[in-house]
Amino acid sequence: MSQIENVSRRRFLTGGIIAAGALVLGVRYYHKLSPGDKLPHDTKADHATLHPSVYLGIDPDGAVWIVASRSEMGTTSRTTLPLIVADELDADWKRVKIEQALGDSRYGDQNTDGSHSIRSFYDAMRVAGATARFMLIQAAAQQWGVSAAECETDLHVVVHRSTNRRAGYGELAKAAAKLPVPKREELKLKPKSAWRYVGKGQVSYDLEALVTGKAIYGMDARVDGMVYASVEHPPVLGGKVKSFDDKEPLKVAGVSQIIPIDPFQQAPGFQPLGGIAVIADNTWAAFQGRKKLNISWDNGANESYNSDSYKNELRATSHGPCKVVRNIGDADAVFAKGEKIQEADYYVPLLAHAAMEPLVALAEFKDGKATIWAPTQNPQAVQDIVSKELGIAKEDVICHVTLLGGGFGRKSKPDYAAEAAVLSKKMGRPVKVVWTREDDIKFDYYNAVASMYMKAALGANGKPTAWLQRSVFPPIPSIFDVNAVYGDPSHLQQGWTDIPYDLPNLRIENGPAKAHVRIGWLRSVANIYHAFAIQCFTDELAHAVGRDPLDYLLDLIGNPRTIDFKGVEYPNYGAALDAYPWETGRLRNVTEVVAEKSGWGKRKHGKGTGVGIAAHRSFLTYVATVVEVEVNDQGEVRIPRVDVALDAGLVVNPEATRAQFEGAAVFGTSVARGGEITATKGVIDQSNFQDYSVARINEVPSQTNVYIVESDAPPAGVGEPGVPPFIAAFCNAIFAATGKRVRDLPISRLGLS
Amino acid sequence: MIQLKVNGVDQSFGGEPEMPLLWYLRDVLGLTGSKFGCGVGLCGACTVHVNRQATRSCVTTMRDAGGKEVTTIEGLDKNGLHPVQKAWIQINVPQCGYCQVGQIMQAVALLNSKKKPADYEIDEAMAGNICRCGTYQRIRIAIKAAAGEMT
Repeated sequence: MSQIENVSRRRFLTGGIIAAGALVLGVRYYHKLSPGDKLPHDTKADHATLHPSVYLGIDPDGAVWIVASRSEMGTTSRTTLPLIVADELDADWKRVKIEQALGDSRYGDQNTDGSHSIRSFYDAMRVAGATARFMLIQAAAQQWGVSAAECETDLHVVVHRSTNRRAGYGELAKAAAKLPVPKREELKLKPKSAWRYVGKGQVSYDLEALVTGKAIYGMDARVDGMVYASVEHPPVLGGKVKSFDDKEPLKVAGVSQIIPIDPFQQAPGFQPLGGIAVIADNTWAAFQGRKKLNISWDNGANESYNSDSYKNELRATSHGPCKVVRNIGDADAVFAKGEKIQEADYYVPLLAHAAMEPLVALAEFKDGKATIWAPTQNPQAVQDIVSKELGIAKEDVICHVTLLGGGFGRKSKPDYAAEAAVLSKKMGRPVKVVWTREDDIKFDYYNAVASMYMKAALGANGKPTAWLQRSVFPPIPSIFDVNAVYGDPSHLQQGWTDIPYDLPNLRIENGPAKAHVRIGWLRSVANIYHAFAIQCFTDELAHAVGRDPLDYLLDLIGNPRTIDFKGVEYPNYGAALDAYPWETGRLRNVTEVVAEKSGWGKRKHGKGTGVGIAAHRSFLTYVATVVEVEVNDQGEVRIPRVDVALDAGLVVNPEATRAQFEGAAVFGTSVARGGEITATKGVIDQSNFQDYSVARINEVPSQTNVYIVESDAPPAGVGEPGVPPFIAAFCNAIFAATGKRVRDLPISRLGLS
Repeated sequence: MIQLKVNGVDQSFGGEPEMPLLWYLRDVLGLTGSKFGCGVGLCGACTVHVNRQATRSCVTTMRDAGGKEVTTIEGLDKNGLHPVQKAWIQINVPQCGYCQVGQIMQAVALLNSKKKPADYEIDEAMAGNICRCGTYQRIRIAIKAAAGEMT
């Protein structure tokens, strides 16, 4: 038996984490194993001499263990969160060792999505560091017989200046561990002036491993005795196997077994898709075996799904009355008056994540317990689905989180890990399931296809006197409830119900759409299509009334104010509105900053060149982007320059933040240029990078300049907010350069490339 | 038996000659630095050097690798870091890092053949290597930095 100590005496740190809506359990698993025991959820931090927090431990040799409880997929959160701990601890970063946490609810939320790692854990990380620092100071003061108030810290040592005494953190760890853990109220957090790392910029803890091939991703996980599996999934969502050849695949050298996997029940959720698995002693043999399966499928109801007709249905729905999700004044009354009316339809297709590392997971089921190694954004969701699929307790699912070769939201959904677990249980040995790129693209949880109808009445001064916008898209909740057809508040909030303009008459609607593929979160999610529609329509209106797009945008944003969400269900990305109000002045400011930095209106643009602008708040961060394009006579589009200004509140790691916004411009380029998933008779038409194109080095912005606005507001998201305004600004630039208005993405629909 | 040299070590392979070199490196030799990204030579994550040429190992059969000298990221520089790897660190190129091994192997091959590549030459040489995180701007800068170091 493992021993569980009640740590009420040690009082785990809960203040900051509770504030983030997460839970920390006051239990600690001791590392005392005998055969048959539960596997340990331990970290080196747990076993360190001084261990005042689940996130932190200090050993007598001065080693500081910091637990990264959230996943690393390239945003540097695995480095940046520990950096906050190290700063408050006044620790020497060179003596910090980062450990990756297993899936474990004692860390609170571990779903690394929604651009909220820093926002939700900033306070918890500070408190963890400050607690240890407090105890080390107390221990030193006791040893020296002086008041703790006279002591301070200086890079891994406690100092008593007047007597010039110094003691290292390592030598104080044992004495400090005997002291009571201070309450949150007793802690004095460092003032900004004393910050050592926060706000300065730090490269990834794993940087050298990343450039030497030593970094371990899910694709690289290995255990003794493992076999490889590749799964042929039903080509249409919800399809079932009618028959298959169980002899020919076994003739492929290396193939050892053919194992059917049951289709999912009711809504797909995160259940395995079902199909036939081919087991082999290497990955390639498993791939080869699949080609011989000769499966006959019962495709089921989703065989009716065709993207072309579906697009028409979405559009038709958006042209009729839909569900009102926000209303101010009486837009229809103004429309009826016969002022100048402007209307437009916008459309964004299904989008695939296509992270560079295809989906992969290694599972070992043994003695009633499952151990999973997976590149997952959400190890607790892995625990949940594996426990359900295997009929074991959640505590009996151990989920190791490897590095992720990209995630973008796909790896929050652990169907692939469940698949590996199911196979391992059936086989009684460790199995690594490797998805091909074709599997990865054909069996995604796609960003929703969306149609937006926009209508405005323009008054004498060119400003809108009434505004109507309708969006129609299959909603993400459809993966859990097949009858869900309307957008839920957490996605309608994404750049739709929070339109930043000061409009006297405004109606926002959402129409129903049934999903025929799995819909899921993709970097920026609904903000992609909502910002595209609103920010491009704004540009259309500016041109319709002969105004400069920047001036017009600023005019619509209006004077600084806090948006009043009375009568609107506006979740604000899970953050309290008093801590994170929607302040239009901040959007206005980043717009003005980017205009100035990009030389808006000052630089000359010749034939075939143009600039576009867009501004958008998402994940609590305010962003404005200016994109410059050159379009030649063949319709080939170049992007010489991008300028982006952002206000993300306190930016803990400016280096990583710049990288995220550089990357967002590239991700946005992929969406705008060639990102399109379509289906014919329910089967996804695309399969690999030849038909689902993502941006290459010769297609991306030559230069992306990132301007971070200094702010004392609490930290907000940086991973996703760069994408939505980039896409809109890019399309507005194409209009400026060519006179062609992009209303349907991707731009290849206009003959541009 | 297929004979080849991997990172200077003689190896022999008695398996399926159509097996791509990538899976031999990863699943048989356990050299997991080279990555699987697309399986059809479209993304460059699997790039290694075969007789000093940048090669997509996911579409190179073991038959074709026979008699050749293969270098992977694990064997790129015996003395620590190659100047291109140093430049990647200096410019802080990687985000998720998954494609970077392939990018680095491609960049090394480029700089071996062209000491000071122009922007268009960098784009041409690197266009087969996809980075979904979007580190291209830094890749370009790092190649130029490495070019300075390698002269």
